[in-house]
Amino acid sequence: MDFNDTKEQAQFRKKCRDWLEANASLKAEKSSKSDFNNNDYLQTAKDWQKKKFDAGWAMLHWPKEYGGIAASPIERIIWNSEEAKFDVPRGIYDIGLGMCGPVMMQYATEAQKERYLPVMAEGKEIWCQLFSEPSAGSDVAGLRTKAEQQGDKWIINGQKVWTSGAHYSDYGILVVRHDPNLPKHKGMTFFFVDMKSPGIDIKPIKQITGGSSFNEVYFNDVEIPDSQRLGAIGDGWKVAITTLMNERLAVGDANGADVNEAFKWAKGQDDMGDKLIENMAVRESIADWYCEANGLKNTKLRTMSALSKGDTPGPEASITKIVSANKLQAIGNFGMDSMDMAGMLQTEDSNVHDFQSAWLGAPGLRIAGGTDEILRNIIAERVLGLPEDQRVDKGVPYKDIPSGK
Amino acid sequence: MNLDFSDDQKYLKEEARKFFEKENALGSARTTLENKLHTDENLWKKIVDLGWTGITIPESYDGLGLGHLELCVLAEEMGRTLAPIPFSSSVYLFTEAINKFASEDIKQDILPKLVSGEVIGTLAVTEELNAPSSENITTEVKNDKVSGVKIAVPDAKVATHSIIVTKSAKGVDLRLIDHSSNGISITHTNSIDESRGHFSLAIDNVSSKLIGEEGNGWECYERLIDQAAVLFSFEQLGGAQASMEMALSYAKERYAFGRQIGSFQAIKHKLADMYISITLAKSNSYYAAWALSTESSDLSVASATARVSSTKAFQFCSKENIQTHGGNGFTWEYDCHLFYRRSKLLSVNLGSLSNWKNRLVTGLEKSNVS
Ligand SMILES: Cc1cc2nc3c(=O)[nH]c(=O)nc-3n(C[C@H](O)[C@H](O)[C@H](O)COP(=O)(O)OP(=O)(O)OC[C@H]3O[C@@H](n4cnc5c(N)ncnc54)[C@H](O)[C@@H]3O)c2cc1C
Repeated sequence: MDFNDTKEQAQFRKKCRDWLEANASLKAEKSSKSDFNNNDYLQTAKDWQKKKFDAGWAMLHWPKEYGGIAASPIERIIWNSEEAKFDVPRGIYDIGLGMCGPVMMQYATEAQKERYLPVMAEGKEIWCQLFSEPSAGSDVAGLRTKAEQQGDKWIINGQKVWTSGAHYSDYGILVVRHDPNLPKHKGMTFFFVDMKSPGIDIKPIKQITGGSSFNEVYFNDVEIPDSQRLGAIGDGWKVAITTLMNERLAVGDANGADVNEAFKWAKGQDDMGDKLIENMAVRESIADWYCEANGLKNTKLRTMSALSKGDTPGPEASITKIVSANKLQAIGNFGMDSMDMAGMLQTEDSNVHDFQSAWLGAPGLRIAGGTDEILRNIIAERVLGLPEDQRVDKGVPYKDIPSGK
Repeated sequence: MNLDFSDDQKYLKEEARKFFEKENALGSARTTLENKLHTDENLWKKIVDLGWTGITIPESYDGLGLGHLELCVLAEEMGRTLAPIPFSSSVYLFTEAINKFASEDIKQDILPKLVSGEVIGTLAVTEELNAPSSENITTEVKNDKVSGVKIAVPDAKVATHSIIVTKSAKGVDLRLIDHSSNGISITHTNSIDESRGHFSLAIDNVSSKLIGEEGNGWECYERLIDQAAVLFSFEQLGGAQASMEMALSYAKERYAFGRQIGSFQAIKHKLADMYISITLAKSNSYYAAWALSTESSDLSVASATARVSSTKAFQFCSKENIQTHGGNGFTWEYDCHLFYRRSKLLSVNLGSLSNWKNRLVTGLEKSNVS
């Protein structure tokens, strides 16, 4: 056991570090807040992506012809861990580069890959994921949006919902139903779509945070050329599953107030005459969060160890989102409680703000990219090999499956 | 970057697993418990022959001179089978105390005998129904003679020596006593986990030798349990994994309402939660193993983190393993309760969960992580 880089890794880390130091500043006590609905911030994010792209850092694990440097998984991790120390915009490209890119890489034609992937890596075109529908979230295969083939194009009608970033996206990956007479997993087909296509109508949804990062997306007779189909007709589910696998890797650690912030706060905060950190209930919670935060950190180190030896990592990273999103919610809750009634007030104070945004944002993280419950199902079935749930919708034509609201 | 055991260490682990399986250590834990045998002396002899009691003892004292990482992998396998032997008392606590704090004379006398099996040791701390502290120890040493009563001392009957935490003129001392001395009586007390015997030690004016320095006994004790907590956490991790595996195979075999119980979501989610707790415990234990083997300055925080995570994992997995087994889980015949019992022993042996949580935060305060 040791935590040192190999010589090559150290050299690579230094290369990342040197470039980052020359082009960005280290995270300060209070780093910039991300708000992609703010045009200036969106532009900053695009500029940063372009800068990285020009230097080869944007999608470093991608092949050279699409703008990467064919970096190894361990180099990618080194880059990410170094970049995370700097105050740079993050998050806006997670869906596009984390999920849409890989699916294009696997299913698009060579010409399409050359056209779309480098521009995606460069950050010029932003992509979104059009999967969920009002009646199909966890059970995304229950979707209804209709696709009808007309010659060499498809006509799309229906509605997607909770689509993150649709309002500033240029393209989206889309899964739709081409045949409701087939069983549900067989009747779907996968496309990518230009978000500026006539007939697409995007309406922001106000979230519990008060902000709007996701949208309703309506399709009224939207035309998609058959050339933008990814995978065969009827292979929609197969392609979607590849994407969801990538999503699970992309949606990892819940960002926001963590145990260090809670600990620091508890040391400074008055608690009826004592410091809050003297309160045994608080100490217990801090210990629990510390164990969770470090358990995840050390789990990552184990994954890296496997990659660094050229082994395939085990399934241990599958616990990341459940653990971190719940921790985030608990820490936000603690911070607000610690201020008593004042914890309710939406003030300018950045401590109050951080705990409140953890508390208000965490519920979304426990749902997005697979709910806590769905992730537990996945651990139980795929990691532990327990039997699948008994289902009433298998092998039944889609149109005969019961559906409620 | 390598947070993993070496191939040699993994090989040792594999060998240990095969050994405990072949010896049917789990079956022996049951026999030991049912017949109040306190320990499986036969199994212990074989372990001595394998050299495992001398793993961390330097070669100059006849030991194997390996590091703590080797001890960690053994601990995990012992935890998995609930091996009914005084390994934690004699190796993680007694041997480490002698190795770390004793005078050269004592080391030369005792360490080779720990390797050969002639000496087995334990650590006697508890006196009352509360957590021991530097303030509440009443067993006393005067002119090298120890008097007092210690209770709930694991493995004391099979042990030839104890290290006694005593009050002294200068504070707290660690004192080595030989069980064959006059003035000691050792009495068995029934306990929750009879697969390891627990005893009270009545000590009346018994000669002793100082371990460490006069008055720094409590400090030594704290350092000792920082180290031992890492090894305990591996035993707990092994126990947690075995409990989860039991629950998992039962969930696949048992049917209710015409289907495997493992297809019910309440059971699946329970098992997923077991997996989560084990993964956190394992990763934190690995890190603590590294901190222990390199004597890292954050050992204290790292060991508390591993200890808390593994205690939670073993407690959770062993209790929910009973639940997964339904009525069978509540029977004496099924092994579920053996794990439940051992999880309790291992969680109080070095101090309770809430104590360790407190200790973890105290460690953070000291290391001034902000
Ligand atoms: C912040 C945010 C961003 C999002 N971004 C996108 C996006 O960009 N693109 C996109 O396509 N979607 C997006 N989503 C949608 C998201 O994928 C779905 O909300 C999520 O999969 C849950 O689906 P649902 O909302 O239909 O809830 P439902 O599936 O109706 O679930 C309701 C409850 O039932 C439980 N449940 C459902 N099925 C099971 C089961 N089999 N076992 C146990 N419990 C079950 C769920 O866990 C949940 O608690 C986003 C959601 C959020 C909150």
